[in-house]
Amino acid sequence: MVGTLGIPIDFPTEVWERLQERFPGMLRPAEPPELGDVDSYPEAREHRMVRAVSRSRLMNRPRYEGVLVHARHLLPVLRFLRDELGYRYLANLTAVDYPEPLEQFPPHIDVVYHLFKLSGGGYVTLHVHTTREGSILPSITPEFPAANFQEREVWDMFGVQFEGHPDLRRLLMWEGFDGFPLRKDWREAYYEEEHKPYRSRFPHGGSPLYAEDRTPYHANIRVSGEVPQDASSLNEEDFSLADRLLYERMLSADRDQDKPLKTEEMILNMGPHHPSTHGVFRMAVRLDGETVRHLEPVFGYLHRNHEKIGERNTWLQNIPYTDRLDYINGMTNNLAYCLAMEKLLGWEIPERAEYIRVIMAEFSRIVNHLLAAGFFSNELGMYFTGALYALEERELVLDLFEGASGGRMMFNYMRPGGVAQDLPTGWLDQAKALVHERLPRKVRQLEIFLMDNEIVQARSVGVGVMTADEAVAYGVSGPVLRACGVPYDIRQAEPYGIYDRFQFDVITRQGGDVFARVALRFDEVWQSLRILEQALDQIPEGPIQSHRLSPSMRIPPGETYGHIEAPKGELGFYLVSDGGANPYRYHIRSTSLLNLTPLSLLTRGVKIADIVAILGSIDLTMGEVDR
Amino acid sequence: MYGWGILKTLGMTLHHFIMTYVGDIQAWLQRRRGLPAATPGRAGIFTIQYPSERRELPERYRNLPFFVIDAQTEQLRCTACGICAQICPVQCIWIERARDPETGRPRRYPLSYYLDVSLCMSCGYCAEFCPFDAIKMDHDFEMARYRRPGFMSARDLAKPEAYHAAIHPAGYAEEKKGQASEPPAQED
Repeated sequence: MVGTLGIPIDFPTEVWERLQERFPGMLRPAEPPELGDVDSYPEAREHRMVRAVSRSRLMNRPRYEGVLVHARHLLPVLRFLRDELGYRYLANLTAVDYPEPLEQFPPHIDVVYHLFKLSGGGYVTLHVHTTREGSILPSITPEFPAANFQEREVWDMFGVQFEGHPDLRRLLMWEGFDGFPLRKDWREAYYEEEHKPYRSRFPHGGSPLYAEDRTPYHANIRVSGEVPQDASSLNEEDFSLADRLLYERMLSADRDQDKPLKTEEMILNMGPHHPSTHGVFRMAVRLDGETVRHLEPVFGYLHRNHEKIGERNTWLQNIPYTDRLDYINGMTNNLAYCLAMEKLLGWEIPERAEYIRVIMAEFSRIVNHLLAAGFFSNELGMYFTGALYALEERELVLDLFEGASGGRMMFNYMRPGGVAQDLPTGWLDQAKALVHERLPRKVRQLEIFLMDNEIVQARSVGVGVMTADEAVAYGVSGPVLRACGVPYDIRQAEPYGIYDRFQFDVITRQGGDVFARVALRFDEVWQSLRILEQALDQIPEGPIQSHRLSPSMRIPPGETYGHIEAPKGELGFYLVSDGGANPYRYHIRSTSLLNLTPLSLLTRGVKIADIVAILGSIDLTMGEVDR
Repeated sequence: MYGWGILKTLGMTLHHFIMTYVGDIQAWLQRRRGLPAATPGRAGIFTIQYPSERRELPERYRNLPFFVIDAQTEQLRCTACGICAQICPVQCIWIERARDPETGRPRRYPLSYYLDVSLCMSCGYCAEFCPFDAIKMDHDFEMARYRRPGFMSARDLAKPEAYHAAIHPAGYAEEKKGQASEPPAQED
């Protein structure tokens, strides 16, 4: 008997492998049963499914996770996983380009889906292959709204068409941009070599050149396949396509045909400047009077193709780049990337380093939540008072970060195998004083300042409500998810590091509105302080690094998805290594971007002034949204 | 009572406002006594009045790299091994190893060493991975210029060992300890 997933179920792995060795290419699993067949195993279903997943080794590459699904079975399998087995949370969807044939596969693009259970306990990886030319896959967005932006990103970056996607526009690049940047054969402006370190730098030196001298700017813009000789030959129409598609979408989406009064609607662009002083972001809003009929976020103004840079970099060179993603939380970005690398390397971390990581991550959470709440007052028009009160406390935490790592925002502190440097003398006392004396007092003050204020309540209670089911379906994470009453926190669902040693609660709130989201952040600050008190007490002496790192460090081939509970939500790094000194694929499951997936839903029908409040309560950093 | 929250909020702002001046008066008294005025963490605003007041930088603070001139040999410590050029994430280090003009064998000093300071992201990897303690991260952050400084050679960025010892006391002590315990590197 054979499962949908292309590998035999209830078949001893060794026998199957031996048979394949003996009859290469001659044996294959029987025809995959249709959905009905899978459904006809009520009792053993979960058991079989889990075993099938854990046993998979499909490509001839070690540690290739998950199962390979044919495109036509993708939706049935996903539905089965979601409805029957409880893998409701589609965390990550991305793709990997393989322009060279792998052992048993022709050149292809591999689209990867990571699904989680909200009760914890590991993830399920599905791979779907599609051709590089004219690649079409069924879209899962109509049933899994969480895939919306991620499918658009895969279309944008890899050129995979998703059939049935309601709004398949490019996400980060502009319409009319030529090429798909994350394909391996696409080369960026200022392209020098496939991988760093560049050979020109050492030992022969050569004459140092500025990047812009090496590759003149104008020759690198390509529009619709033609390479113009200079920028003046670019047509304005080439660039206007982006807005044409956007406005078509704006006019067609969420039309109410039975509107009693035939009022005229207008389209208003909020941005692309700082609509709420968060970064360069644009929201196109269709308004009926002051009521929002439809909102469409437009991204990409800060896009720098971080993932392509990451694939050029060596493994270690990426760590300082992760600081620049969510620049409020450099520490947790470092941590997530290092944890993912350690998963591939299989390294153990010294005890002291684990504690330092927890301390840094929790301080980072406090900073982020205070800033989010503080800037929320800014969003409501209480100009900067709350934000500056939050920034005061942040300065003190940044002093600690700077003492340990040398940077106030760009830390570059974590390393695979530990941390970069031990804590300086006196650091722990300074941290204890802050955690025990000042922070509780100040957090309490700020909490009263914002949450007890009737004006804030009037502006936020009952605004931008999202139900728990919607939140899960739309794939939001972190405080936004927990404010809808879903107790999902990766620190407890799948404890990474040493989080299982600490006493803390996963706080939820039931409102699902703007107020709940902001108030929940304060609740989490209290839990972070609880963890910090324990960690600062228990931290042992000892080494802080388990391995001696080499600049050209190699990582054994394989793939992994490492994720942590970053302050803003689930931050994941999907890494594929081909055994070289550079990542083959380096994908960031960006918290801020995916928390914006339901923005359109949340703002439908609200007044225009509430848009900014809703946006602020989601808490985003544009550095991470656009990457 | 409706409105009590607003009153509390207003009271808090007023308290913060007053405490700022109380702190300022205390700081003024401190300065009169010749003590450091800035006390981060006091109540109210604790802004440091840069440039008349300066915050003490932590030892690990990092800005641009600088090259250590060894106190004994009075030469750059750099041996042109090229590890910094390899690890540099933005690849802003250009280094050429000197060669013996007769034999053509590599020598242990750089022929040319350039660092594009306008590109440097101050990550500190070069200092961290340098096996000869030849690069350290500088504390000088007042780098505003009218022109782009662009490529600077190792000579431009060189500073004496005494400066390194002064700004990195703990790191320097550790370095000396390490040198005493380890045998000196072999000449090739």
